[in-house]
Amino acid sequence: MTLVSSYRSSRELLLNLTLRELRSKYKRSFLGWAWSMVNPLMTMAVYTIVFRLFFRANPDPGVDGINSYALFLMCALIPWTFFSSTVMGSIGSLVGNASLIQKTYFPRKLLPASSMGANLVTLGIEMGLLTLVLLGFGDYQALEFLPVTVVLIVVLAVFSFGMGLLVSALNVYFRDVEHFMNIVLLVWIYLTPVIYPLTLPGVQRFLTLLKINPMTEMAECFRSTLYYGRLPTAIEFGYFLAASLVVLAIGWVVFSRLETRMAEEL
Amino acid sequence: MSEPRVVVEADNVSKKFRLVHERNHSLKATIMRGRRVVSEDFWALRGVSLQIREGETFGLIGENGSGKSTMLKCLTRILTPNEGSVRVEGKVSALLELGAGFHPELSGRENVYLNGAILGLSQNELKKRFDEIVDFAGVGAFIDEPVKNYSSGMYVRLGFSVAINVDPDVLFVDEVLAVGDEAFQRKCNDKFRELSEAGKTIVLVSHGLAGVEFMCDRVAWFSHGEVLQVGPARDVVMAYSASVQEGRHIDETGHLRWGSGEIRVTGVYWLDQDGGQTARLRSGAPARLRLLYETSQAVARPVFSVKITTDEGLEVTTATSRDVGCLPEKLEGHGHVDLTFDRLPLLKGIYHLTVSATDMSRIHEYDVRAGIVRFEIEKGDLREPSGVVALGGQWNIEEFPPA
Repeated sequence: MTLVSSYRSSRELLLNLTLRELRSKYKRSFLGWAWSMVNPLMTMAVYTIVFRLFFRANPDPGVDGINSYALFLMCALIPWTFFSSTVMGSIGSLVGNASLIQKTYFPRKLLPASSMGANLVTLGIEMGLLTLVLLGFGDYQALEFLPVTVVLIVVLAVFSFGMGLLVSALNVYFRDVEHFMNIVLLVWIYLTPVIYPLTLPGVQRFLTLLKINPMTEMAECFRSTLYYGRLPTAIEFGYFLAASLVVLAIGWVVFSRLETRMAEEL
Repeated sequence: MSEPRVVVEADNVSKKFRLVHERNHSLKATIMRGRRVVSEDFWALRGVSLQIREGETFGLIGENGSGKSTMLKCLTRILTPNEGSVRVEGKVSALLELGAGFHPELSGRENVYLNGAILGLSQNELKKRFDEIVDFAGVGAFIDEPVKNYSSGMYVRLGFSVAINVDPDVLFVDEVLAVGDEAFQRKCNDKFRELSEAGKTIVLVSHGLAGVEFMCDRVAWFSHGEVLQVGPARDVVMAYSASVQEGRHIDETGHLRWGSGEIRVTGVYWLDQDGGQTARLRSGAPARLRLLYETSQAVARPVFSVKITTDEGLEVTTATSRDVGCLPEKLEGHGHVDLTFDRLPLLKGIYHLTVSATDMSRIHEYDVRAGIVRFEIEKGDLREPSGVVALGGQWNIEEFPPA
């Protein structure tokens, strides 16, 4: 009974915290919500120019003969951005809400969860737009595999939330974690086939190493359904799912252990 | 009739803080020093057990650092005790800091919904009570403005309004009653009484002993992390204020002095007609007594009292600033207080002054200086040959000559 009501009020609070994240994000900025579109578009433009034109990265053509590096890139970059924003946002959500933690009680995990929730909204919008563009290019499989993509988003959210729990709790005790994670994410994106395809000759030698990184499977899965119009392989998906559950379990346990003293340590 | 059930229970609660001498928030410093913090343990609470029954208004009192606020934070689950357990039944609302969690950029409306959700109100309940909340806070049209544009009073009122309208079964309050203007304070007190009459349980932490004695049924007195006494409000408050007086000592001027020290009376002297200090006054002449004070922190509604006694120890009178309605909202820093007499009605003799600074109730004493001034009254134009005070009555003799 209390469990049910506490779950219900937690859900409402999560919704409110998420709305707060979203509302405060672009308050007082002139372009407002347009910024959430400008950022990915600019990133896309920069990466496309640098890697397509300068380095001549040349991924396999996608389904129905789409051959666009920009689309190839976005299929993995959008999920990646969700992941990295959620992790960094989770760190900020605890430090930035110190007064809330010190003066009120509510389940602390809702703060990283609200950061994940706010980024999920952005991800949804971006994914929606990407799907429309893919359809415009004649990639009708993107629509057909939409349910699979949704499942992938859920798994990605689990992974990101787990990671967010882990690093945000540690960051309360060691503020280095924030700076450290900035660097880790910078390196991590290059260890993940987001910007380049796995089929690149130079990449082949490090294939085993890259495959250990669960984000590699993440990028490959999203690309399968969106860009190549096929189901992810069972191994790719299985590894991604397993890694997400493990990360969530670790994050949950660590956070639970550290949350009892957060009000004092912040 | 059976006793009401226990709704708030602390069982043998201990809470340890680390007094940090050196904190290494960064990994590098931690590795270099081989440890994260250099600290010693400090037990803010040690083996505290409390049982608060349904419908009770329960007060926690004690000196600063006695553990009462820590106890409140343990009861509200903000802090987790190192030992022991805490159990609270029913819907809980806490007024620890009003408007905690307000986001400055968001409007009052958005913040009400967020804060309400933190306190456990569902969106539907909030919608129903929204008008009531805004009304109670008296922020009016400002409700759609970002709260950063609010005056501090509006901010606090809105925070209070949300928390109180949660309609909690158990309400925890930490010394927030001293906010807002008098009208709002009265509204708050009415609301507390209303909750209390509705059979809700209220747990409050306070320094202001008058409020505690007045509002609470039972009080727990904390000292150094332990509960010294739990019982009916009046008994415990009396025992506590007596113990505060126990800190009495002989000060450098050779007089008895005691008090908690938030306000200190640093000097007391008479001024004569020319504005010079004097210890000799004339009976029936104008006189002015000046008290110099200093505060160590802002003090709400302090009361100054002057007791005049004869050399033999007879109390002539005690004059207080409270009883003539001279009540500043807040005193901070230093300054002086004057007590002016147009005609000092004391008769020839030696007198002594005991001067004190207290809270509104005059139970909690900030500073008491017994017999700090000895002064002499010389014969003046008051024509009463003996005694201590000239009442200045009118004599009238009417003669009926024998026929």
